[in-house]
Amino acid sequence: MRRIRWHLPNWIVVSIAIIASLLVTSLLLLLFGVSPMDGFGAMLLGAFGDSTKVLSVTAFWVPLALASAGLILTFTAGLWNIGVEGQIIMGAVAASWVALRIDAPRPILLVLELSLAMAAGALWAGITALLKTRGKVHEIFGGLALNNLAIIFTNYLISGPWQPPEGGTFRGTDPFQAKALLPLYRDSRLSPLSVIITLVVIALIYFVLRGTKWGLRLKALGKNPRSAFILGVSSERETILAMMICGAFAGLGGSVRVLSWFDSLRQSISGGIGYLALLVVMLSATRILLTPFIAFFFSAVLNGSITLQLRTQLHSSLGGILTGVMVLFVLLFSGTRSLKLPSQKTLEVEEDE
Amino acid sequence: MNDTELVRILSSIVLQSTPLIIAVCGETIGERVGVVNLSLDGTMLLSAMTGFVAGLLSGSVWIGFLAAAVVGAFFAWIIAFGSIRLRKDQFAVGFVLTLLGDELSAFLGQNYTRIPGESVHHLGIPFLKDIPILGPIFFDHDPVVYFAFLLIGVTWWWLFRTQPGLRLRSAGERPESGFARGVDVNRLRYVYAMIGGGLVGIAGAAYSLDIKLGWSEGHTRGLGWIALAIVIFGGWSPIRGAVGSLLFGASKALAAALQRRFPEVSVVAFNATPWLLMIVVLLLVGSDVTERLVLIMPRRVQPRLRRLLRVRPPAALGVAFSTPESQGE
Amino acid sequence: MQVILEDIRKYFGDVKANDGINLTLQPGKIYGLLGENGAGKSTLMKVLSGYHPPDDGRIILNSTQVAFSSPSDALLQGIGMIYQDPLDIPAMRVIENYLLGWDRRVVLDYARAEDELRQNADRMGFHVDFDAYIDSLSLGERQQLEMLRLLALGAEVLILDEPTTGISAEQKESLFASLRRLAEEENKTVILVSHKLSDIQELCDHVFVLRRGKLIGSADIPCPTQKLVEMMFEELPPRRSRVSYARDGSALLQLQNVEVEGDRLQVGNVNLNIRDGEVFGLAGLEGSGQRLILQACAGLMPVYAGRIIFDQRDVTRWPYRKMLQAGVAYLPAGRLEEGLIAGLSLMEHIALSNPMPGFLIDWRHYERETEARIQRYEVVGQVNSFVETLSGGNQQRSLFAMLRDDLKLLLMEHPTRGLDVRSADWIWQLLYQRVETGTAVLFISADLDELVERSDHIVAFSGGAMSRVVQADQTTADELGYLIGGE
Repeated sequence: MRRIRWHLPNWIVVSIAIIASLLVTSLLLLLFGVSPMDGFGAMLLGAFGDSTKVLSVTAFWVPLALASAGLILTFTAGLWNIGVEGQIIMGAVAASWVALRIDAPRPILLVLELSLAMAAGALWAGITALLKTRGKVHEIFGGLALNNLAIIFTNYLISGPWQPPEGGTFRGTDPFQAKALLPLYRDSRLSPLSVIITLVVIALIYFVLRGTKWGLRLKALGKNPRSAFILGVSSERETILAMMICGAFAGLGGSVRVLSWFDSLRQSISGGIGYLALLVVMLSATRILLTPFIAFFFSAVLNGSITLQLRTQLHSSLGGILTGVMVLFVLLFSGTRSLKLPSQKTLEVEEDE
Repeated sequence: MNDTELVRILSSIVLQSTPLIIAVCGETIGERVGVVNLSLDGTMLLSAMTGFVAGLLSGSVWIGFLAAAVVGAFFAWIIAFGSIRLRKDQFAVGFVLTLLGDELSAFLGQNYTRIPGESVHHLGIPFLKDIPILGPIFFDHDPVVYFAFLLIGVTWWWLFRTQPGLRLRSAGERPESGFARGVDVNRLRYVYAMIGGGLVGIAGAAYSLDIKLGWSEGHTRGLGWIALAIVIFGGWSPIRGAVGSLLFGASKALAAALQRRFPEVSVVAFNATPWLLMIVVLLLVGSDVTERLVLIMPRRVQPRLRRLLRVRPPAALGVAFSTPESQGE
Repeated sequence: MQVILEDIRKYFGDVKANDGINLTLQPGKIYGLLGENGAGKSTLMKVLSGYHPPDDGRIILNSTQVAFSSPSDALLQGIGMIYQDPLDIPAMRVIENYLLGWDRRVVLDYARAEDELRQNADRMGFHVDFDAYIDSLSLGERQQLEMLRLLALGAEVLILDEPTTGISAEQKESLFASLRRLAEEENKTVILVSHKLSDIQELCDHVFVLRRGKLIGSADIPCPTQKLVEMMFEELPPRRSRVSYARDGSALLQLQNVEVEGDRLQVGNVNLNIRDGEVFGLAGLEGSGQRLILQACAGLMPVYAGRIIFDQRDVTRWPYRKMLQAGVAYLPAGRLEEGLIAGLSLMEHIALSNPMPGFLIDWRHYERETEARIQRYEVVGQVNSFVETLSGGNQQRSLFAMLRDDLKLLLMEHPTRGLDVRSADWIWQLLYQRVETGTAVLFISADLDELVERSDHIVAFSGGAMSRVVQADQTTADELGYLIGGE
């Protein structure tokens, strides 16, 4: 059986992916009696219609971009950090703890919240990393279990120790005091500070991957662990470090989420941002410079779909379908090298002479 | 708690575990041939919705199951195709599909949420259901449950007692040896991955048409991931996988029952246990603890015990295969 | 069954693995197929056993021309091969492995298969445990099972690929006895593919010698070893005299009674002394143990017994990273599998292998450094070329270019494999520059010419045993051939 060698240049693949996703989305819209023009129009309006919307899209973008940036590191190292969702959640939990239990002047409060969130995310990721390096538990399952444990823990906090005075509602904790929250821009949910932090983080990761020994070692590890070993790269150490740093940034994203988008710890505090971030990274072929743009695109589509729902009564998951189909096509049809994912092993029947 | 209450609970556990059993058998087959279907959660969501809607629109649950099976097989085919022909990572494709399945199910099913639909009719097996204790637990259910029982047996028999089963296993363990024995590895991978996917589809529909009737967003969420984990700690064997599914069902029922009895004890402990258990078992799988356990036992017992406890994954799981002649292009 | 191979050709890219081979095999005889690595023996047998089709030529069984679509197809027509790593299923039990492909029926007939297996095993004098998992068996036992299986399925021609590597002496005796029985009493044809002269002479009736894809000659056994060696190895040109840079004094690297265990081979009683500036060659055909020893010297392979002393320190338990820091470098043979990283550029490789202190990478420095090394090692490639785009020879040069300047010991697997004569020569000039400054070189090579030409001393490995140490400027092709053949 012969393999199909798809030597399509990248831009063709991406175009096909975009067209395919637009087609599928249009079809679905038509199926439900909505014209594609109306549908896409609603989405565009929902994302960019007025300044509030754009600010919302940006606010949603922040944790997504942070998590995606962190995932670039783990993907570079050849790891499947599905546990990023839990790392976001634990970051939110840590920030909430500071917000609810600590009293201090605002700047100190904010610094504490953000730092502890990073620490919590890093630790949560560290557990998954250790399970992998010492326990040979694949990081997909370790991450999955820890994701669920993080959610269970959050629910426990909301309905237990941190329940609002009127009783556990399973929706969220007491709203945080104003000074614990990130300063927001006017009426929006956007924290300008968080945008700056995000851009700094992205620049940092770009720099780390390009200009540090550690970044180079990660690349080596992800592409060929055996050769990397011969060259002196320690797989255990780099795996743990990469996971923890990703966890830290994911946790940071979680804290931004709970301190600006929301004002309290909620049941679905992350709501799948971690999984979305994995898609973002897949679509950006693990290139850090593309990630923030693709994350913004995802954010626009998802926020736009909410307006779509309001206007056309169609479920907002359409946005997820659009982005999902796009990623699927890019994944299936781009040349292996350009995607740079932890690639599957191929068993070639060997010739030994 | 008196006897009848206990029997009722056990009976309910068997019923509730049915979809999981079916999904675990399906994925076991797929992984035994060498294909990991990470899209299980999304597949089950989409097939649960499809099964329900198809059943509703056609008036027949069996059409619903058929539609669901097609959905499951299709998703599995995408993964197999992506791996075999396009040489793409099975995990990556599976992961995107799991998210897509979720979204598609929410979107396509939006007009059918929380409405009544078809359901599988109860069908107690005459005579058998009247056996004290065992009767109500196992034989007083509906055809889907009986199908699950049969499936365990058939899957086991096919994998371990037939020539096609050996060939299937060789494709997942050491494809080059299979090839040398005349096995068409890639063709088998397509076929069995799709069969496995079809079964997962049926499992999803079993939920919406039998266990938790109806459809709503996120109806079966989480089950697919649990099924993937149970395949691993069932050691890729359908019988142990079924036991794992029942245990999981039991732990949930136990959690619910104990919760009623002891409301002070935190629900956290109960919810968290399955996941902690998963980590512990995966740690065991990755270590050599089971082998050392076997070695402690008396010699005569060792072979049987070793077979019972064997939890090694199919060696070529997730690894693409190409025959000698297709190389060097 | 009579087997005739006519003008068999098989190419892998540019390499002519089989270049027009003609053989005739008669039933009831045991044939040997002799040759160095790369001679084409395994390929030829894979063609005969149906693993790949020949690119040209014919296979004729009992006057009928045949073509095989797969090994199982070949087996149906009577030809079975037991590979060096038998193609069984490690995760299955013995009886399951036997049953795979045994018959066409759907339901497995365990009872009948067990009976048959037991009978056949008894007849051949093998002991079989049906419930044992294949991965718990020794290589010898796995070979036995494979043989039983092939015979039960009707093999008239039995091919064994290097069967005696990695089995005990007892198992070998037992194997040879069975093979003789098969040929004499059951009129089967047996083909033994080997590089071990003693085995060939002990077992075979007739031997074919391959060299570089061609059939060089054949002979009836008994045959003087000398003649076989002459056929296997090409004549060596007279060695040019060369200065040795080996320094007097205590050894830089000492191996004392070192014992190493690999997947299939146990290497024992290895004693070596290597001085500063010495060039030491390890000869031997693949799978004889020299690679395991080389890896042990680098800390890549655990040492079961004995000691390794490096630079006055006991490094027996040192891990690879520590050895790297101590001034040891290891150059593997699998360029893209173990030494280079596809997807990374030359400059990135230089940066990885020659780290500077600090977190940051000074790319400008590395750009200059890489340029310089590209010049020095004459690599055809750019600073930013991805290494997988370079030719094999240039990849090899890149591996050299990556070496640090201040090495004490350089361990190399096949340093000039894939290089043309001029490049190889030139690589060695560069190596000698290092050797002159005191770096010791320990290298594996399959090229006798290179070993004799470049080393100060040579030792050969055969079946896990180390030969005596010979001086390169006093040895001959024959002597080396003997040592490699296990004499």
